[in-house]
Amino acid sequence: MPTAPRPPSASRPPADRGDDRVPRLIDAARTARAAQPVLSRRRLGALLAPAALASTAALGLAGCGSSSSSDPTSLRIVDYYNTPADDVVIEETFTKSAKDLGLTFSREKVPGDQLIPKVLQMGSSKTLPDILMLDNPDLPQLAASGALAPLEQYGFSTEGFTPSIADLGMLDGTLYAIAPTVNTIALFFNVPMLEKAGIDPPTTWEETREAARVLTGDGTYGIAFSAIATYEGTFQFMPFMWSNGGDEKDLATPEVAGAAEFWSQLLQDGSASRSVVNWGQGDAMDQFKAGKAAMVVNGPWNIAGLTADTPDLEWDVVTLPVPRSGAESIAPLGGEVWTVPVTGDEEKQRNAAKLLKSFVAPENQLRMGTARSTIPGHAATAEQFASEHPDLATFVEQVSTARARTGELGPEWPRTAKAIYTANQEVLVDDTDPAKAFDEAARTVS
Amino acid sequence: MTSTSTASSADGLASVGPRDGRPAPRAGTADGAPAARPGRRRRRGGEGLLVRYAFIAPAVLYLLLFYGYPIVKNVVMSFQAYDFSTFFNGSAPFVGLDNYATALSNPIFLKALANTGLFTVGSIIGQFVIGLGLSLYFRKHFPLSGVLRSLLLLPWLLPMIVSAAVWRWILEQDSGVLNRFLESIGLISEPIGWLTSSDTALVAVIMVNIWLGIPFNVALLYSGLQAIPEELYEAGQLDGATGWKAFRHITLPLLRPVVSVVLLLGVIYTIKVLDLIIGLTGGGPANATQTLATRSYELSFLEFDFGQGAALSNVLILIALLFSVVYLRANARAAKNG
Repeated sequence: MPTAPRPPSASRPPADRGDDRVPRLIDAARTARAAQPVLSRRRLGALLAPAALASTAALGLAGCGSSSSSDPTSLRIVDYYNTPADDVVIEETFTKSAKDLGLTFSREKVPGDQLIPKVLQMGSSKTLPDILMLDNPDLPQLAASGALAPLEQYGFSTEGFTPSIADLGMLDGTLYAIAPTVNTIALFFNVPMLEKAGIDPPTTWEETREAARVLTGDGTYGIAFSAIATYEGTFQFMPFMWSNGGDEKDLATPEVAGAAEFWSQLLQDGSASRSVVNWGQGDAMDQFKAGKAAMVVNGPWNIAGLTADTPDLEWDVVTLPVPRSGAESIAPLGGEVWTVPVTGDEEKQRNAAKLLKSFVAPENQLRMGTARSTIPGHAATAEQFASEHPDLATFVEQVSTARARTGELGPEWPRTAKAIYTANQEVLVDDTDPAKAFDEAARTVS
Repeated sequence: MTSTSTASSADGLASVGPRDGRPAPRAGTADGAPAARPGRRRRRGGEGLLVRYAFIAPAVLYLLLFYGYPIVKNVVMSFQAYDFSTFFNGSAPFVGLDNYATALSNPIFLKALANTGLFTVGSIIGQFVIGLGLSLYFRKHFPLSGVLRSLLLLPWLLPMIVSAAVWRWILEQDSGVLNRFLESIGLISEPIGWLTSSDTALVAVIMVNIWLGIPFNVALLYSGLQAIPEELYEAGQLDGATGWKAFRHITLPLLRPVVSVVLLLGVIYTIKVLDLIIGLTGGGPANATQTLATRSYELSFLEFDFGQGAALSNVLILIALLFSVVYLRANARAAKNG
């Protein structure tokens, strides 16, 4: 889940459509139960509460879906863009595209961590929406289950897209999803702190270690990153692992261990807090905002909050440091992809594809990129974007060499991602030898 | 048939007194004949049995639907390859004991099992001892004891996720209140990584869970203590039983039924605590706080292997069940002997 800011409760209550709410409520309760049968009672309660809230909140819009199911031009969209910055531009873009095409739509916004449970519920009750957004690493699992329509049949093409961004929507050579914009991570730094210490933004690991050491002191750590025991921790580790020549298909290599070693050195030097093992990317950014970290590994989705919360903080961004000068900085692609689920209604699926195609058009990519500080998927559009937004140029550069996390492993990715963050935590917390930790990790995924 | 007889007997009962919607004088005249007959009929043979079943039917149905079905479903699932795609194409082939074999042979399983044991035993001991101490303390009458007692209930009122967030902040290594406090009184010189070190994370999580469990223990034990008559202590005093002796020979034996309830419920609640651990550490760092509950959650909802997740939660249910049986037996024997 490292790819987008997901504030816990920014969701606005959906418009009250008032129609057939009671049968919907029963449906929602039934699907909620069907999707979560493995839990014991207490946990069921704990988990069902947010799920029930989400489905209740979704009632207004979901109700609309069924009443209009006979109308092929009325489409249902599900996504998790809840923050105003995301929500407004997505809504506007869909509204404009739908108007041009003579279509109507209703949008259902789910809290970020509820999207996959919700998708599972909708899958088992055959109520998938006509257009569905997914966090990109979740795509292969869903595509492999047969729930998504291949997009080529609707005339989609990824021509002109940055190749790695086109890959985000692929499984086994078939295109199932498209990403209008993406994000990645880079190195933010506190300009006055570096100037005061008389150092340039680091470009190699050695320089980073040195800079972090110099910048540490007086309640401030040189660098902050996220090594938490979730997919976010893995997301942040990928650039170090990849740039060092490591590969997720084989974790038992010196290259992978070397990257883990670099992280642990930062902790051993005292240049990074041991709390990194409990920090999500948002927490790491908070340390930077509070002046408790001079540098932070983070993504552009936090820029809006950074400028809003700390307008006086002078910061800048560089691409992530590489193991040795001359090596390529390879970052992981984050961001969401859009899909057309198989609902069985061919005409609706065609209309949904039409709407989606218009939604991801280059001019819309530019618009969404600007509003959300994310990078357009189309290569030429991204270049134009970089010239219009020099402050985001670093991210455009980082994206051009970035990789999809699921490109090699597809549906196997989540297991490997867990093995990676677990091994990293063993290195950082227990001082386990990196080679040993990642040998073990390789065994658990083999 | 059953429904008419119950309905009219209810009528009969109600018509004895005044009833809303019906003017009182008429109720008086309607008394007798229509009410009495069905009332007598009810006592006859098989029909009465049917009525009795009809009364428990809703409860049985409810139990089957909301407790029986999930448990059966959970058992079935644990023998199936139930994964992400099952939700979309419905296919969940039976794989025998594969899920159990895979889940139990994973090295994390043993760690989770050991952690579950430590977490449960540690939490229960802590909650119970502190809970008992506090409730004994509150037996003494002193000013503001009512206010203090209600303050003690606070952890109970807070949503679990809020408690977890607050404690994460308290236990934070660099700026956390706890470390700052311990440093200021000179107890430690280096900040302790409560949640960031695998040596202390489990201890920290147990500590928070003890804090959460104290109100439950105090509430039950305190009410149990209230039920012990004061005269017994006075009589004991005459026989020379004061202080520890009074506690040992009067309080403890009389409190035993409450104690067994508190401990039994405590174990059942604690063994499956999920949200607190997820909120504090997410099972980390490096699986240091992984329990069977969090591992089962992780398998099901992060790795989408619902089959293995179900297998693991069945193991958990089995452990809880075994524990309950053993415990109830031991208790029954103790009650007989005592």
